This record gives sequence, C-alpha cells and structure tokens, in this order.
Amino acid sequence: MNKEEIEKIAHLARLGVSEQERDAYAEDLSRILGLVQQMNAVVTDGVEPMTHPAEAALRWRADAVTLEADRDLLLALAPQARHGLYLVPKVID
Amino acid sequence: MFGYVGFCGESPLTLTVTKLAQGLAAGQYSSSELVDDVLRRIEAHPELNAFITLDSEGARVGAKAADAARAAGRTGPLLGLPIAYKDIFCTAGLKTTCGSRMLADFVAPYDATVVRKLKAAGCVTVGKTNMDEFAMGSSNETSFFGPVHNPWDKDRVPGGSSGGSAAAVAARLVPAATGTDTGGSIRQPAALCGITGLKPSYGRVSRYGLIAFASSLDQAGPMAQTAEDCALLLAAMAGFDEMDATALSAPVPDYQASLRNDINGLRIGIVKEYFGDGLEAGVADAMWEALREYERLGAQLVDVSLPNSAHALPCYYVLAPAEASSNLARYDGVRYGYRAPDYRDLEDMYKKTRSQGFGSEVKRRIMVGTYALSAGYYDAYYLKALKLRRLIAGDFVRAFAHCDVIAGPTAPSIAFALGAKNDDPVSMYLNDIYTIPVNLAGLPAMSLPAGFVSGVPVGLQLIGRYLDEARLLNVAHKFQEATDWHARVPAGF
Repeated sequence: MNKEEIEKIAHLARLGVSEQERDAYAEDLSRILGLVQQMNAVVTDGVEPMTHPAEAALRWRADAVTLEADRDLLLALAPQARHGLYLVPKVID
Repeated sequence: MFGYVGFCGESPLTLTVTKLAQGLAAGQYSSSELVDDVLRRIEAHPELNAFITLDSEGARVGAKAADAARAAGRTGPLLGLPIAYKDIFCTAGLKTTCGSRMLADFVAPYDATVVRKLKAAGCVTVGKTNMDEFAMGSSNETSFFGPVHNPWDKDRVPGGSSGGSAAAVAARLVPAATGTDTGGSIRQPAALCGITGLKPSYGRVSRYGLIAFASSLDQAGPMAQTAEDCALLLAAMAGFDEMDATALSAPVPDYQASLRNDINGLRIGIVKEYFGDGLEAGVADAMWEALREYERLGAQLVDVSLPNSAHALPCYYVLAPAEASSNLARYDGVRYGYRAPDYRDLEDMYKKTRSQGFGSEVKRRIMVGTYALSAGYYDAYYLKALKLRRLIAGDFVRAFAHCDVIAGPTAPSIAFALGAKNDDPVSMYLNDIYTIPVNLAGLPAMSLPAGFVSGVPVGLQLIGRYLDEARLLNVAHKFQEATDWHARVPAGF
C-alpha cells in the first residue's frame, strides 16, 4: 500500500495520520492484506455468502414506544452540551 | 472433588462457585465476608493489573443486600456470589472503558442484559476487568490501562482479549468473571491462564449492553474454575432478550441435569488440521494425553476434517475489521467519550478525537475494515470472505455427522513473553487459528485446563453442535472429575 492509499483510507475512516504513522500503516496493512489475499486460493464460485450465523428472519415487533430516553442523563455523557443539545464546531458559515 | 487447594490459608476464595454456593447456603460465611476477602485479595495483587475499576463500596452494599435477602428466606446458587465483569459490559453508574482512552471516563446509563440477569440471580459486582482495547488483541497488551500479567509467570501474557478476567480467576481473586469472545477472546486467555471458559452459541446470550466489536461474531460467556461453575453461570446469563434482535428464543436447558451424564460411547472428533504445522510439540503432547483420558472414560476418537479451516484467519481478518470499522464509527467525540482538546473544524475534531482516542491496533483494524468495504474492493474482500465463511461453517456440519463433539488445542502455543509479538500484527493473529473458525460458524466451544508446559497451563478446546452447550459442559465436567488440572493454583496466590 502506498502513501496516497493510506491517506485516502484514513480520511474515509476519519482518522488523523501523521507522516511516521503513515509509513507504519503502509507496512502493517500490507502484511495484513498479504494474509487476507490467501483467500484468493479458494474457488468460491456459486457459494452463497454467509452474513450471519443465525440466518433466520429477524423478529418483528409492534411499532410502539418501548423505551423513553432520559435526555438529561444522555446529554450528561457528552463532551460538550448546552441548552439540551450536543455542541459541535460550526459547520455552516 | 478437587475444591479446596489451600494455598491461601483460611481464604475460602480458592473454592469454586459451586462450593461457595454450598458454603453460603450453610451459613459457613456470609456474602459480606466473601466480598471483603475478594477486595483484600484484589488489592494485594495490583501487579497483575487485572482490574481497571474496583467497586469496593458498591460490592459491600450488594453483599449486605444479598445477606439480608438470604436471611429473609431467599435462596439461589448465585445469591451473594462476588463476580467481576470484563470492562466491555456496560454497568450503570460504574465506569465502562472497554480498555480504551476513548471511553476512559465513560459511565454507561444502563446495565448490559447479562449484568442485569446476573444481578437478578444475586451476583455481587466487585469490579471491571482489564482487556485488550475494544477486545482487539490476543495478549491484553493493547489495553490503554496497561498489560495484564499472567499469574503463572508474570513475564508472560495472560492471553486476550478477556485477559483481566482470566488472570483474576486463575489467581483466585474472584471465583468467576464474564468475558466476550469474537475470535477466541474467552477461550484463548482461559487456556493461557489455566481456567475454564465457555463461548456460547451465537445468539444464546444477549449482546445488549456489550460494547460492539464485530456484531455477527461477538458472544458473551462465563469464565470460572470449572465446567460445573460455567453451567451455573450460563444458566443465569442465557436466554431471550427483547433488546437484542439476534438473541434466540430457544428455551435454556437445565445444564446441571445433564452435567453428570455418562460419556461412554461419546464420539470425539479429532480435527487433523488442528494437529499440523504451527502446533507446539508440548501442547500437542498435552492434547494427546487429554484425549487418552477421554478414551479411558469410554469415549471413542474419530478422525474428522475441517478442510477450509486454514482460510478462517484471512476470512476473519476481513469480516471482523469490516464490522468493527462500522461499529466504531460512533466514536466521534460528539455524544459520549473522548473529544480532542484542540481542533479547527468538525472534520478536524473527528480526526483528532479518533486518532488520539484509539490505540494503534484498533486503528489498524479500522483501516483494514474501511479498505475492505471501500468502493472497488468490496467484492474482492468482503464478499469473498462471506463466501468462505459459508464453506467454513459447512465443514463443521459435515464433521458433526461423524462425531458428537470436536476436541483439540485452544491455542497453538503456551503463554508467550510480554512484548514478544508486538512487532508483527499477523504473528499475533496466529494465536487464534483454532478458535476463529468456531466464531465464524457461530458454534459453542469451551477451553479447559489440560496440563502444563514449562510451568504454564495448556488449554483443551471442545467444540459443540449449535446450541449444544449442555453436552459440552457434560463432556468438560467428566474430564474435570477425572483430572485435577483445573484445581491447580499458581504459586503466590
């Protein structure tokens, strides 16, 4: 993996990567992808993908309120909150 | 049969959950006395670094309540039992860090279903155990709170990711703890620390309130000294839960009732791929010795094959990071957890928060997962891995046509030295080659103590059919009736 690829993936994952880290990632990710590419040795034509061990249809439930969130309790967990809202940096000028 | 070992003088803490239940019921000691003993022992062994958070005050209050309930006539095998939770289980009012700087000060607003159920059964929470960050690791070295040390040899790792729970039970700091297992995180540390751990079938135990790593693989289970204890704990943990769409509604069987069943004629599958290259000779010898014990108990060994098991590791290292990269997207510095102190704008806040809040192994896996799911690579990585998953699961179906349980090593080697495998992530991943296929297939499996090599424990893995935990526990219990590996206590504890 090259620098540009690392930067692109880091951006998609919203991870900041320093220059030294970029080299370490390039090496580690190349090793991991080397391992992962062993999958290509297996012929999987016509094999149905298995997304989950329990493939039964998901359960339905009535469309009803079952849980009332405690707004103050949840907002108390936020790094910054004010007037009952989460605070984030300005996104629109 | 092999309950009290006597390494710690008067402490009843070397006793199993089963024996403690009898002692509590008989009034030999109170829950308050037990909890005080637990807290003293935990505080006497900070060098293991097995705990992230200790709740001395809450534990004493809980024990007092349990004693009062017993005085008022309440009974139950877990009433008043001190227990520790891996720090991935949300506990209302008590910190849940997941071993990460990202959640270093996070206090969950609710209890995980497992915690709620164990509390309802009478368990008393003493604290939260150390773990690899976000359960990503096989040595407990990726924890933001520092590594856990193996009680059998403090220069060695305890395994991971449930390393704190395994070390705490092995050192008899607590009689029982919980763990989670995404690719081996209950079984591998159980093996390396010489305790008994059970990963239930996917869906058997609710995942509600477990901090998510890879949702199609994660499963919670008990870690204790014996299979008999795991049976008691699983009975309290398992069952349907409205709050988890994947929790099964299948009834929870009476695990105690079948525990002592005769295993004469039991067919034990020996996977030839699990005894090949990469398995340490000493571990292989211990496995064969354990299998001979099973033959003496009347079981019959049958050769089986899992031809696609060699592909499980690459398959897992696409699927688990892919699911993790999605699950961990929630840590954005907005709603809870860490937020970087300085940033220019929203995107900069996300990036700084996440690069400072996550450790290197977590970031590596987020990067791998993001790559595997990115445009142009989805078919080559994610879809390919899902197809392999089908083949790997199919191998087990075919193997179980010829046997009742599968037995083999839990891990390819004994506990290795701290720092030994930190340079190459892939060498660390190889610890889980025998455990990962089980998670991909969603099957139940256990690790139980089966001997020692170089003075540290070796684990025997038993794998069962889907939802056949009762049989696994039975087969493990029969081994523990005939051997005393599980009753050994590390020197100094």
